[in-house]
Amino acid sequence: MKAYGLLAIMATVWGSQAVAADVLGDAARGETLFRQCATCHQIGEGAANRVGPHLNDLYGRKAGSLDDFRYSDGMVRAGTNGLVWDAESLDAFIEKPRALVSGTRMSYSGMRDPQDRADLLAWLRGHSASPADIPEAEPTARASDHDLDPAILAIAGDPAYGEYLAGECTTCHQRDGSNQGIPSITGWPVEDFVVAMHAYKSKKRMNPVMQTVAGSLGDQEIASLAAYFANLDQ
Amino acid sequence: MKLTRRLFVGASAASAASLSAPMVMGQARPRVVVVGGGSGGATAARYIAKDSQGAIDVTLVEPSREYYTCYFSNLYLGGFRELDSLAHGYGTLASEYGINVVHDWAVGVDREARTVSLAGGATLPYDRLILSPGIDFVDGAVPGWDLSAQDVMPHAYKAGTQTALLKAQVQAMPEGGVFAMVAPPNPYRCPPGPYERVSMVAHMLKANNPTAKILIVDPKESFSKQGLFEEGWQKHYTGMIDRIGPDFGATNVEVRPDTMEVLIDGVAEKVDVCNVIPAQKAGRICELAGITDGNWAPVIPHTMQSRIDENIHVLGDASAQGDMPKSGFSANSQAKVAAMAVRGALTGSQVFPARFSNTCWSLIATDDGVKVGASYEATDEKIASVEGFVSQTGEDAALRKQTYEESIGWYNGIVADMFG
Repeated sequence: MKAYGLLAIMATVWGSQAVAADVLGDAARGETLFRQCATCHQIGEGAANRVGPHLNDLYGRKAGSLDDFRYSDGMVRAGTNGLVWDAESLDAFIEKPRALVSGTRMSYSGMRDPQDRADLLAWLRGHSASPADIPEAEPTARASDHDLDPAILAIAGDPAYGEYLAGECTTCHQRDGSNQGIPSITGWPVEDFVVAMHAYKSKKRMNPVMQTVAGSLGDQEIASLAAYFANLDQ
Repeated sequence: MKLTRRLFVGASAASAASLSAPMVMGQARPRVVVVGGGSGGATAARYIAKDSQGAIDVTLVEPSREYYTCYFSNLYLGGFRELDSLAHGYGTLASEYGINVVHDWAVGVDREARTVSLAGGATLPYDRLILSPGIDFVDGAVPGWDLSAQDVMPHAYKAGTQTALLKAQVQAMPEGGVFAMVAPPNPYRCPPGPYERVSMVAHMLKANNPTAKILIVDPKESFSKQGLFEEGWQKHYTGMIDRIGPDFGATNVEVRPDTMEVLIDGVAEKVDVCNVIPAQKAGRICELAGITDGNWAPVIPHTMQSRIDENIHVLGDASAQGDMPKSGFSANSQAKVAAMAVRGALTGSQVFPARFSNTCWSLIATDDGVKVGASYEATDEKIASVEGFVSQTGEDAALRKQTYEESIGWYNGIVADMFG
């Protein structure tokens, strides 16, 4: 998980354009794009190391970590420093390999178009992590930014929206305010609720379940939830 | 105006609603039939009935009068729960939400006529059908084993009598005996489940039969929470558990229920208890409905609609949806998305963008709980994971205890969310 901090910095430094989860995924086009990689890399059943390492199970792999491939010192160093291949780091690497890993022997100059990279990543992930089988596998997509279109913003604070969003909360938190193992969130003052959720969102509060949930919510969504739970009868 | 994902979803629902309007207006109330009363089906039925406030006629078809949750059934094996505490009835769904609960088997779907046929002879018409049947086993997946052998070598992967049988067998093991588990290949229900089960069996044996051994025969290279489980087994059950992976023949396994033997790459091992968890597929009704592709039923991530028939939604274990593990939490999460989409299509109610999340807790020993979880987003291709977390090795005891207590709170929360 240390890689996330590093990757956030990378995204800022190189201006990698965030690609919403919606558009990460034309694997068929990615297969075509992979042809320019195939002179050095193999992927799929029976793939072996060639000029470059094989690319099966790439998502979640520490950089420079295949035992049977001789990496550059720079790639090994990147792995030692915490570089793990996931959607974010691969995007940065494919965009400009030597900007991310100094001294890499990969001579490819880089793929500039964000959509090309997204499609290629979709092809690679088809041969890689399967979170359905190993839930702790690296994410296979990027979160969307959850900025709401102005037309949708009109529903912010709508109790119906808060109630809908609350469906995700009530898998764990009980609507009746029961407080065993997992604290009640029913009847909280709006301000307390919003402050707490943003504290999870910024990872100041530590529960990883709540960090994940809050991290997936926009400001308006949090406000809607707060409004809903504040007025929920116990 | 820029077409965003959210507007697209809303626009799609509006279109669907207008297209279905003549059908809806021609009858008293639109009809939804839900097959399967587990985490997906019960949740979907409850949310549709609750949120439509009587505008939709909901029928839930479930053969069992009491549903035993598969999650926490391992804790019953370990002595941390009573079996009765895992049983839940459908009375509240019927009495408080007006759901027509039918205890019968669904044995066929006529997609043209939009009807479900039941073993008892009844035929149920629907405007939308939700299938949430859970898993069935792949025939011949473990040579020598079929359902006729489940009383000798239980799978215990559908909770209830099978779970009770497995526990009784473990309790009856001779001193120093061997408990074997034939673990399933991917994908299967509850990725950490078999290994939590091993932990709970070890916990019971440590107290009552400490010289007994556990043998896992596992066709997979790796498994969920592997580092956490292996650390826990070393700490709590030192020397008790051995795992044979594919490198040592675990992909070539046969069982002999008559002699209680497990053959691993042709070498016979005599065991005292053998828990066979075969390869899995979508519940049979999905196959009968003709909506499977291989072993599972592919779905559209934004709505959980079948990719083969838009009038059918498939939830939980049976669906091929992408990155979400097959778990009760996932099914519950998917059910809410499907319920919203169904309401939008049948009544024109507002449809919000799909949201999915999942957390899986596992107990390794007393007060030693671990968890893994993630949030997901619907893409056109699949439900894709976007952020996740997993417990770390070496965590302190207080955190592990808190994690276990959190799982108890979750259990209470999800069954209330399902059954009202």
